[in-house]
Amino acid sequence: MKAHNLSFDEHEILHELKHYLPAQAPLKDFVHHNTLHAFQHLKFYKAIRNASKIFGYKVFLSLDEFRTLYYSKRISPAILDKVIVERMGEEHLEDWKEKVLHKEYDTLISPRVGNLRANWKLVHHIDMDLLVHPILFRILCSFLDQGISIWSFPNIHKGFLASIREMERNTFTSFFKTERARKLLLEGNCKIEDLLKILVGDASFYKQYLYDQQFAHQGWSGMVSVVEDLPQTLLDHKKISTHDLIVFELLLEIDALDFKFGENWVTLGSTVKENAKDVFAEVPETELNQVLIIWQDAFEWTYYDQVLAGIQLEKGTKREIQEKSFQAMFCIDDRECSIRRYLEKFDNACETFGTPGFFGVEFYYQPEHANSYTKQCPSPVNPKFLIKELGSKKKEGKDAHFTKQTHSLLSGWLFSQTLGFWSIFRLFLNIFRPSMSAASVSSFKHMDKESTLTIEHGHHHSHPRKDELQIGFTVDEMAQRMEGLLKSIGLVKDFAPIVYIVGHGASSVNNTHYAGYDCGACCGRPGSVNARVASYMLNHIEVRKILASKGIDIPETTQFVGALHDTTRDEILFFDENILSEKNKVGHEKNEPLFVKALDFNAKERSRRFESIDTKLTVEDIHEKIRIRSVSLFEPRPELNHATNAICIVGRRELSKDLFLDRRAFMNSYNYKVDLDGKYLFNILKAAAPVCGGINLEYYFSRVDNQKLGAGSKLPHNVMGLFGVANGIDGDLRPGLPSQMIEVHDPIRMLFIVEHFPDVVLNTIKTAPETYEWFNNEWVHLVVVNPESRKVFRFENGHFVPYQAVHEQLDSVADIETLLESNQENFPVYLIK
Amino acid sequence: MTSILQIFILIPIIGFIVSLLIPRKMEGVLSWTAFSTVGVHLISFIVFLVYWLLHGHETLNLKEIVLFKSKEYEFLIDFCFDKITVVYLLVGAFLTFLVTIYSRYYLHREQGYKRFFNTILFFYVGYNVAILSGNFETLFIGWEILGISSFLLIAFYRDRYLPVKNAIKVFSVYRIGDIGLILAMWASHHLWHENITFLKLSNYELVHEHLQSHSFTGVFISIMILVAAAVKSAQLPFSSWLPRAMEGPTPSSAIFYGSLSVHLGVFLLVRTFPFWEHQISVRILIALLGFSTSLIASLIARVQSSVKSQIAYASIAQIGLIFIEVAAGFENLALFHFAGNAFLRTYQLLVSPSIVSYMIREQFYNFVPRHHTIEDSFPKKVEYSIYMMSLKEWNLDLFMDYIVWKPLKNVGRKLDFLTVKKLLFLFVPTYFIGLLLLYNEENLAVELHEYLPGLFSLIGFIMVLKSYSERKNPRMSWLLIIMNHFWIALAISFNEHFKVEEAVFYLSGIVIMGTLGYFTLSKLTAIEKVLDLNRFNGHVYEHPRFAMMFLVSCLGLTGFPITSTFIGEDLIFSHIHEDQVFLAFLISSSFIIGGISVVRLYARIFLGPHIKTYHEVAYKSS
Repeated sequence: MKAHNLSFDEHEILHELKHYLPAQAPLKDFVHHNTLHAFQHLKFYKAIRNASKIFGYKVFLSLDEFRTLYYSKRISPAILDKVIVERMGEEHLEDWKEKVLHKEYDTLISPRVGNLRANWKLVHHIDMDLLVHPILFRILCSFLDQGISIWSFPNIHKGFLASIREMERNTFTSFFKTERARKLLLEGNCKIEDLLKILVGDASFYKQYLYDQQFAHQGWSGMVSVVEDLPQTLLDHKKISTHDLIVFELLLEIDALDFKFGENWVTLGSTVKENAKDVFAEVPETELNQVLIIWQDAFEWTYYDQVLAGIQLEKGTKREIQEKSFQAMFCIDDRECSIRRYLEKFDNACETFGTPGFFGVEFYYQPEHANSYTKQCPSPVNPKFLIKELGSKKKEGKDAHFTKQTHSLLSGWLFSQTLGFWSIFRLFLNIFRPSMSAASVSSFKHMDKESTLTIEHGHHHSHPRKDELQIGFTVDEMAQRMEGLLKSIGLVKDFAPIVYIVGHGASSVNNTHYAGYDCGACCGRPGSVNARVASYMLNHIEVRKILASKGIDIPETTQFVGALHDTTRDEILFFDENILSEKNKVGHEKNEPLFVKALDFNAKERSRRFESIDTKLTVEDIHEKIRIRSVSLFEPRPELNHATNAICIVGRRELSKDLFLDRRAFMNSYNYKVDLDGKYLFNILKAAAPVCGGINLEYYFSRVDNQKLGAGSKLPHNVMGLFGVANGIDGDLRPGLPSQMIEVHDPIRMLFIVEHFPDVVLNTIKTAPETYEWFNNEWVHLVVVNPESRKVFRFENGHFVPYQAVHEQLDSVADIETLLESNQENFPVYLIK
Repeated sequence: MTSILQIFILIPIIGFIVSLLIPRKMEGVLSWTAFSTVGVHLISFIVFLVYWLLHGHETLNLKEIVLFKSKEYEFLIDFCFDKITVVYLLVGAFLTFLVTIYSRYYLHREQGYKRFFNTILFFYVGYNVAILSGNFETLFIGWEILGISSFLLIAFYRDRYLPVKNAIKVFSVYRIGDIGLILAMWASHHLWHENITFLKLSNYELVHEHLQSHSFTGVFISIMILVAAAVKSAQLPFSSWLPRAMEGPTPSSAIFYGSLSVHLGVFLLVRTFPFWEHQISVRILIALLGFSTSLIASLIARVQSSVKSQIAYASIAQIGLIFIEVAAGFENLALFHFAGNAFLRTYQLLVSPSIVSYMIREQFYNFVPRHHTIEDSFPKKVEYSIYMMSLKEWNLDLFMDYIVWKPLKNVGRKLDFLTVKKLLFLFVPTYFIGLLLLYNEENLAVELHEYLPGLFSLIGFIMVLKSYSERKNPRMSWLLIIMNHFWIALAISFNEHFKVEEAVFYLSGIVIMGTLGYFTLSKLTAIEKVLDLNRFNGHVYEHPRFAMMFLVSCLGLTGFPITSTFIGEDLIFSHIHEDQVFLAFLISSSFIIGGISVVRLYARIFLGPHIKTYHEVAYKSS
């Protein structure tokens, strides 16, 4: 008798299986996303409880870590009490406090997935994974390889299984050790169900068997699934499917068993005493769960509460600036949080804004001489426009160390005795005087400063379309995008003479995850092209005319200048300065040193986290060390990327201008007065929730379980086929973030702080179910600050309820520099005097 | 001038010992110790080198320390310094120096920062002992240190499955090479009747005279040297260990498996060249081995789709060519090729993560979906067959498994009926009978007497096999290894010269370390209740001290140069007669397999993914 009716529906099971597999794209397209996206339809705590029990992930910090945080005052006792009272009731406070602080729990994690297949070893005494994985991974990697191997997989165009079949038909050897499996493949008699019948026998176990099998190497399975759904993510397209992978793996398993036992062995199903279980059955909540939830809440709200208290304590009065020196638009990115603060500090007549770093223009970009193009907007968007680079003078360096000739026999003989001696000299140089080389990635190389771009449609080209893409934008299309950009950040009047639009990118070397360091809103590319394109559009006279008709009156004297901020090196590059008027040229010359100074100080603020740099040195010295760091082969942390991210502020700058947020905030400028009905707010949240939330949750999960949900230490990583990394040569691919990226991260969910009226926000987030899911299922938190009363409301179970901060006072700092030099840990929120 | 040589051994040893004493948290001090040790070593060596070059650059030989001496046997440490040493020392010191500086930042915050630098320095000690060695015994000390430090470096990420599994694999293959070296040492004892120094080997008349009368022994020694060299330099059929050694942090893979460790086979050949120079058959054999390896390895390198394995096989192919160069007598070319290859592969491994951004950018501009390669012009069937064979690494891995490891396990499994009790009941009385026989040695029939050493060492060997395949009881596995040594001592005692003092000398280390290990195992069993040897247990997570203690006792039990057993083992071999090839083979095999068995025991109990999952535990597939 079976407990459940688990009949086998191949299509449905594969579809569901693919949903749970890691969805990380190949390295070149690395974009942050919620690691547990498959559970997003559930409330956060319920989702992770299920994920933990089903797949064996660790989903919280450990109990000990929480308790240590508590005793080191990083979790506030008052908040802990408050959380317990809210969750368990006043009367159980002491009781639960005892449990939370002192009770011992059995914290072993024993997942459901993997149990069934473990019987191969227990009953048949055969280590299936050891026999099947190495050859399976090697064949998969060779098939998907993007250009490491010299002699690539023959016959690739027919698809994975068909290629292997073709080879098996025409060879003196075989991937199989026995006849039966090979025959099954050659005779095409290999439906998944039939193969499972041979291996497992009992149909009620099929589903669990496939989960066990694929989650024994979720990295490879995930990659296959991604390539199946998005073949264009590999430059060299490969036809492969989860179905093909499973069939081949099942055949290899049959082969392994036949080889050991001959063709007479009993199926796995017949050796299992118990009935098949539904691995996805609801996971009951335990007391330990509740304790961890209390800790997590207390940890999160200890930080949030300071921020919210800070916002309420702020004077919030808008300083009226008589004559603005300049305005600057930055990316929403948490790494731009501090540079904005320094600019404002050194020039209190300037004004800064934050908005997603593609600046409202979505397109593909094709550098000169490139034969393919790259997306310059958030990854879910599919642009219809192409922008080409013309007249580029940049040259890409070559490095013989990466050539394949060094690996073949005879040329290798020559290379090792010539190039070999050059290598050691290079290594010596890089260790003692690191410098930019062909091996390094630089954001400034993405687009040549001296080049021109085909921004305007029909301007440059007689053939206006390419691959169904329109080259450049029409004036109407430009105006429409620029209206959206300016209104969403509330910059509709009081323009300064110069408005900088600053994209960002990163530089690094020896970094397989380089794409994750660039601008996420530009699909893991530097935002230089977007900054330049948006500036061009806003300087366009026709565009300005249309904007004026929409109520955005840009004075003739105002000019927009694109720029690129390299967040690793803390350098900035301005584009098209030659268009500036005489007067603005003078202004720009005054502003440039200001940017340099702000960048120096920004470098200093970042340096406090780096062991190898003494934060007490002069800012110039520190900055030089930061630059060297970005090109050092031996530096696994060129920058810390989004580590410590925690909040996302959507509102006017005054809301948080006097708060020291320690580079932990995403900041999207927004003025409710320009958008009373929340139309632009919707667009902001629609993009910010998945982008910032995705970044935040990837950091969260990679931090709490760096082994299963993260990539482990990057030091032993081996590059597989240019699309992924693995440990050693026989290992599974390692999706997620390496430990060097997440070690300083505090795993707390993102708090969205929106400045508007609660009812407007409620209507706004309910507009799109996929956006609402993020908030309602608590994958991110949401509070609203009433712009008039400054009262704070917290979003809970579909409603906004008033929130009273526990912190009544915050410490203030006058001198941030001394603070920076004090220690390496995360700072509490300070008021800046 | 000669006596300065010992400084080059002392500096790394001092650095290693100092590094052991530094607390784990003090990253800066640890790395500083490491690179200043290597730095001082490098600089003082360069100074010495200049002096040496200016003073006639003669080959130096330092007969340094006599560790044990009896009437007919002398164990001595001997150092030698010549052109070969200069090249290896210069390349080794320079690379290690660069890589220690490199790792200083690279490993920042890594769990095991201290362990890493300890092991690097330990490795460096072994490397220097090996390349400065002036006789086989000294070389063997270095060789053993390299073996164990390789194991520790490959298993650096000891909480994951693959590094630990591969560390055992590499260690096991290394031990096969050790059999070669031990037997070569044994045979050369009999050939020369002394601990021959490498310097004497270059005396053509002397070698020629001895080989004339013992040509078989000469060939035997050469082939054993070749086995040892082929293993260390990953030549056929052992090649598949090299890519699998790339499990540690990239810099350690880069210097050890990309350059230094893997070229030691070449060193051994160059060093012993004068000995086999006139054995034309051996030279042809070496050249053929090098040739076939370079052919097969470069085919395998062509199909590799991961960076590190590609570099590994490309390097093996080059070493194959170096073997040919050595066999052809082009010593200078071989040394030059060695240096270039070592530098190139080290750098390629160090920059290997950059290949992603470099190649993706390359392709962005010059993408050609498919490069035409020479193989495309082959007939399809040939093309597919070679491709598939290369992807399967020409079954080298399987081959080793079926030739060596499977048969050993199968024999051991046949002994599954043995339990600790049965073991004691069966073999303790037998051993006493053996002792009784020994006591009445004079009264034994000559025929019987002749067979007894073989018989007793066979019993010992069987015990080792049982220990190797034991999966239930770790203490049993441990006891069996200890007993093996007693059987060997008994067996040798029937070969007239072996004295009681010598037996004590040999067994004392075994007894001390054996007891320590047994004690550790008992303690741990008392705490953990079950120690299942069918899987890795990862107990080092909770019991690092036990792990350390057990590792030390494992080293002692395998005859590692920390107890008198090390010399005892050599002593044993000096008592095996020239015509007792079978006995020599049995005893050397039982040493080797016993070594593998205890290291496996250590790994299964203390390393690998922790069985307790209350913290982050990696997947088995990673």
